[in-house]
Amino acid sequence: MEKRVVFKNRILPYILVAPQIAITVVFFIWPASQALVQSFLQEDAFGTSSAFVWFDNFVGIFTSPEYLHSFHVTLVFSISVAGLALSVALLLAVMADRALRSATVYKTLIIWPYAVAPVVAGVLWYFLFNPTVGMMAFFLKKVGVNWNHTLNGTQAMTLVIIAAAWREVSYNFLFFLAGLQSIPHSFIEAAAIDGAGPWRRFWTIVFPLLSPTMFFLIVVNIVYAFFDTFGVIHALTRGGPYYATNILVYKVFNDGFINLDLGGSAAQSVVLMIVVITLTVVQFRFIERKVHY
Amino acid sequence: MMVEHRPVLTFVTHATLIMGALVLAFPIYVTFVASTHTLEEIAKSFPLLPGRHLIENYLQALTVGPQNVGATVGTMMLNSLVMALGITFGKITISLLAAFAIVYFRFRLRMVFFWMIFITLMLPVEVRILPTYKVAADLGMLDSRSGLIFPLIASATATFLFRQFFMTVPDELCEAHRIDGGSPMQFFFDILMPMSRTSIAALFVILFIYGWNQYLWPLLITSDEKYYTLLIGIKRMLDVGEGQAEWQIIMASTILAMLPPVLVVIFMQKQFVRGMTETEK
Repeated sequence: MEKRVVFKNRILPYILVAPQIAITVVFFIWPASQALVQSFLQEDAFGTSSAFVWFDNFVGIFTSPEYLHSFHVTLVFSISVAGLALSVALLLAVMADRALRSATVYKTLIIWPYAVAPVVAGVLWYFLFNPTVGMMAFFLKKVGVNWNHTLNGTQAMTLVIIAAAWREVSYNFLFFLAGLQSIPHSFIEAAAIDGAGPWRRFWTIVFPLLSPTMFFLIVVNIVYAFFDTFGVIHALTRGGPYYATNILVYKVFNDGFINLDLGGSAAQSVVLMIVVITLTVVQFRFIERKVHY
Repeated sequence: MMVEHRPVLTFVTHATLIMGALVLAFPIYVTFVASTHTLEEIAKSFPLLPGRHLIENYLQALTVGPQNVGATVGTMMLNSLVMALGITFGKITISLLAAFAIVYFRFRLRMVFFWMIFITLMLPVEVRILPTYKVAADLGMLDSRSGLIFPLIASATATFLFRQFFMTVPDELCEAHRIDGGSPMQFFFDILMPMSRTSIAALFVILFIYGWNQYLWPLLITSDEKYYTLLIGIKRMLDVGEGQAEWQIIMASTILAMLPPVLVVIFMQKQFVRGMTETEK
């Protein structure tokens, strides 16, 4: 798409894009290329000299049990977060769509947790499940569950999944509700006249028509779980206990800033970049389809 | 939508929605309740109803601050506000200008710039933290307001949103303006900006929330308490090691940290929903 009518000026357009481009080059493209270069270098222990080592850093991370473990943890975490946040949001959105006039009220009540920062979400759930002062931890002990997410890896994982999914429910709800409200009323009525009950109508008409929204949200939720949940992990578990919740983004931070392993951290960054690029391309393809739908 | 009368299903509908809203609000309710009690009350039992120490706790957080952080919640809220507003205005300004250039001019490097901006979508802070930190350090931006704001203001989403909007502006407006002998910048300020009001408002809401909720970047570049944002401060309050966390202060600070973005979502809901659905297209 191009404009037919444009202004003629040789210098002005460059001045106009200059601030955006300057920030992009200095804080995005330059650091990203540094990460790329660094991922092929190995520094000695004192950081005084570095040697080109080809793919050694990549071989290093992909043969390291900790990295593979972290990859596995990230997959379990993001699939669970996406699954939980999507299914709860879909249920609530279908219900809100049925609630007709009160839908707006319910919408306000359900969307606002999205405004809560991931790290704050972490703090909220940390307090609820804190082994000493937490109400839920106390309640769970009453019913026979010995809750201590600082020692039990499975419990820690469950907790970070709930905390991360909690605020994402609101986001998904908003998109599902918009999708549901755009389905033509006549489709549903026709099916109802033919004798299809609400359950059948949902699975044969509503759900297929909602699939573009669903695909789009799956990708957005995976991206969120991969990259935006640093705060949740940092506040709740710091990757522990025993690396049970050490997701990739947390590991990059830890290896780079705490353990100062530059080459390894850079190679991990490059792998993450490839993940984002893949997900972004997939997302744009689905949106393309959504537009043509 | 409802096509037939089914009282049982209607009951289930409302019951599910009310349950859902309650479960979503529960952690925040518990936090609020804890912020109105003394530490002894919180540690002894699990209060379910608000206590009598609301004003005392919030005042202490705002003016005295938690013991182990070295900054008051008041200062940290101000830092968060400056950062959030800086990011919001910065992003909107540079995106408006870049979109204007890309839509309304033909110049040699136009597509190169377009793709450079697009690439920023694929490079979140999380994947380039160490080298970006190094750039900020080399530029002397550690522990400074500009360091909190500038690295975060490049945005492909905002640029694309404005580009999309400018494409829908009728060509006749631009043509008429040129025939009248008006300059490009007059066109931008007198015609394009007023027309973009609703898009700018929608983006303002989304970007304010984004800016206020930044965590990883401020965590990396602030070591001086003077520049702590509230989210960093809350995390520091929790790091007491073997000591006793001041839960009543932490909970009051947490409520204060949620207040600005949540109020923005509730009172500017129309713009919020618009911003959410438009920026994701």
